[in-house]
Amino acid sequence: MIGRGYLPIILVTLVIALTPLVISSNSFFNFTVLVLIIALAAQGWNLLGGIGGQTSFGHAMFFGIGAYTASILQTHLGVNAWISLVAAIAAGALAGLIVGFLSFRAGLRGSYFALVTLAFAELLRVLANASELTGGAAGLLLKLDPGFANMQFSSRPTFMLLALAFVFVSLVITQKIVNSRFGAHLVAVRENEDAAKALGVDVLTVKLKAISLSGAMTAAAGVLYVQYFLYIDSGIAFGIWISIEALLAPMIGGRGMVLGPLIGAFTLHGLGEVTKSFAGRVPGIDLMVFAVVLIVVIAFASSGILGLIRKLADRFSSKGGA
Amino acid sequence: MLQVRNATMRFGGLVAVNNASLDVKEGSITGLIGPNGAGKTTLFAVIAGFLKPTEGAISLYGKDITAEQPHKRAVSGIARTFQIVQPFAGLNVHENITVGAYLRHARPSDAVEKAREVAHQVGLEKDLEKSAASLTVAGRKRLELARALATEPKILLLDEVLAGLNPSEIRDIIPVIRSIRDSGVTILMIEHVMQAVMNLCEHVYVLAQGKMIAEGTPAAVCNDPAVIEAYLGKGSAERIARQSAENTGGPNA
Ligand SMILES: Nc1ncnc2c1ncn2[C@@H]1O[C@H](COP(=O)(O)OP(=O)(O)O)[C@@H](O)[C@H]1O
Ligand SMILES: [Mg+2]
Repeated sequence: MIGRGYLPIILVTLVIALTPLVISSNSFFNFTVLVLIIALAAQGWNLLGGIGGQTSFGHAMFFGIGAYTASILQTHLGVNAWISLVAAIAAGALAGLIVGFLSFRAGLRGSYFALVTLAFAELLRVLANASELTGGAAGLLLKLDPGFANMQFSSRPTFMLLALAFVFVSLVITQKIVNSRFGAHLVAVRENEDAAKALGVDVLTVKLKAISLSGAMTAAAGVLYVQYFLYIDSGIAFGIWISIEALLAPMIGGRGMVLGPLIGAFTLHGLGEVTKSFAGRVPGIDLMVFAVVLIVVIAFASSGILGLIRKLADRFSSKGGA
Repeated sequence: MLQVRNATMRFGGLVAVNNASLDVKEGSITGLIGPNGAGKTTLFAVIAGFLKPTEGAISLYGKDITAEQPHKRAVSGIARTFQIVQPFAGLNVHENITVGAYLRHARPSDAVEKAREVAHQVGLEKDLEKSAASLTVAGRKRLELARALATEPKILLLDEVLAGLNPSEIRDIIPVIRSIRDSGVTILMIEHVMQAVMNLCEHVYVLAQGKMIAEGTPAAVCNDPAVIEAYLGKGSAERIARQSAENTGGPNA
């Protein structure tokens, strides 16, 4: 028997996994890899911001920590790519714990917490841009050396399958959390902290767990990014772009819902690509699409695409029942 | 089982609770009454750990818990409801209660089952799938009660769970409260509805302007001149006594 919520995850993963059988265009796989990386980063955001209600504007910090940890370990110390991956995930979790400890223990919530995360990401960006270790403004190049041991794949479909595997694991972990006591506590903290406390929920611990898991997931996305593009600089790693992507995808797809980030990332970038193919090379056209989609969602479907689908399904079934 | 010793709670210059003590006997339904702004809700917050008293001590079964965090006190067996209800508005009734049930049941299926049981006990079994935000006032009060009860407390602190209910809703919920006590949960309740206090409580404490001014059986407390003055103003006890003397003497004169 498959537990509650896993069937849609398996179906969606299967559909994506089977695309190489019918599609052979490289630009499709480029597109899908980027979307999957964003979906993974966004799943990290969703755990903390969507399920736990602690909105972050600075998830770039975890993405960048993951990307730089993996790159630095490989280029400077010659560490194996997979071991670097594990270290990068651990670094993301640790960073989450530190930021969480500093901000949640001080009682920061809502926009204060969001601004602190933004400040951390910016601080790291400036540091990475100046530091020797991170290659400064020039960034870091990973040596091209395809092979499983180096987590580099010259075949794009193969890398897509790797990214998909990461996303699948993140979906399963998120669903497991949603089905668990910890998930219920996290939602309770989002909905009403005082009520949660009165029911025996250790609010601080719950938030710390959530932010370290969140940091770990988004750091893994950063690792995938460098393993695919073999290059990182401070603007990519800690740039505001990924903080926004990580936040927008769940908002569009369905904040707090397991498949929200993946659906949101595909919708946003899918629309962006379609518009680009129509409008040609108008600079910034995809950003305008983002803006329009966001406004439409906020105005008409505040709980995102999945929220809207659920609402319509409820209405349909209650009409059918009556 | 629960003792408050000389608790004082200051907010800046305002002394909301002033050197108040109380003692709740295991298995009892004890009342806490007093005019609006007397400091009752503040005292509950102190007992449940939401406020750290400026002075004084709280103990449960003789163990000092004054320094314990609210969630630790829930583990120790203190559950509270909020006068201003605090539902998890985005969740349905069943999910709301399940959060409480998770305190003693780590397995989701156990917690969900426990929540269903509790919903039954407080008469919410038909509303399990309803959104908490869509409940009526009476429904929300029951939900407050159910969530607290789902933590399987030793002592339940009820803050005006009858306020805002109509007489028939009050009649419906009184037996629920009594059945909770009969199932072994001690109850300390803040209540303005005197009919309910008379009906349910064995012992009553009266708080006025932060001070504990009287305690005793409901009937004794209601006839206490200090209590009457606290509710109706200075000199009122005397005035009422005089009026009732005139009324009883009146027709014969
Ligand atoms: N957090 C707070 N900060 C400042 N004053 C408060 C606070 N909570 C309660 N008070 C004040 O303490 C007094 C007692 O309030 P409360 O305990 O709610 O009374 P009751 O529940 O008996 O009606 C009131 O004057 C109220 O304004
Ligand atoms: Mg009150």
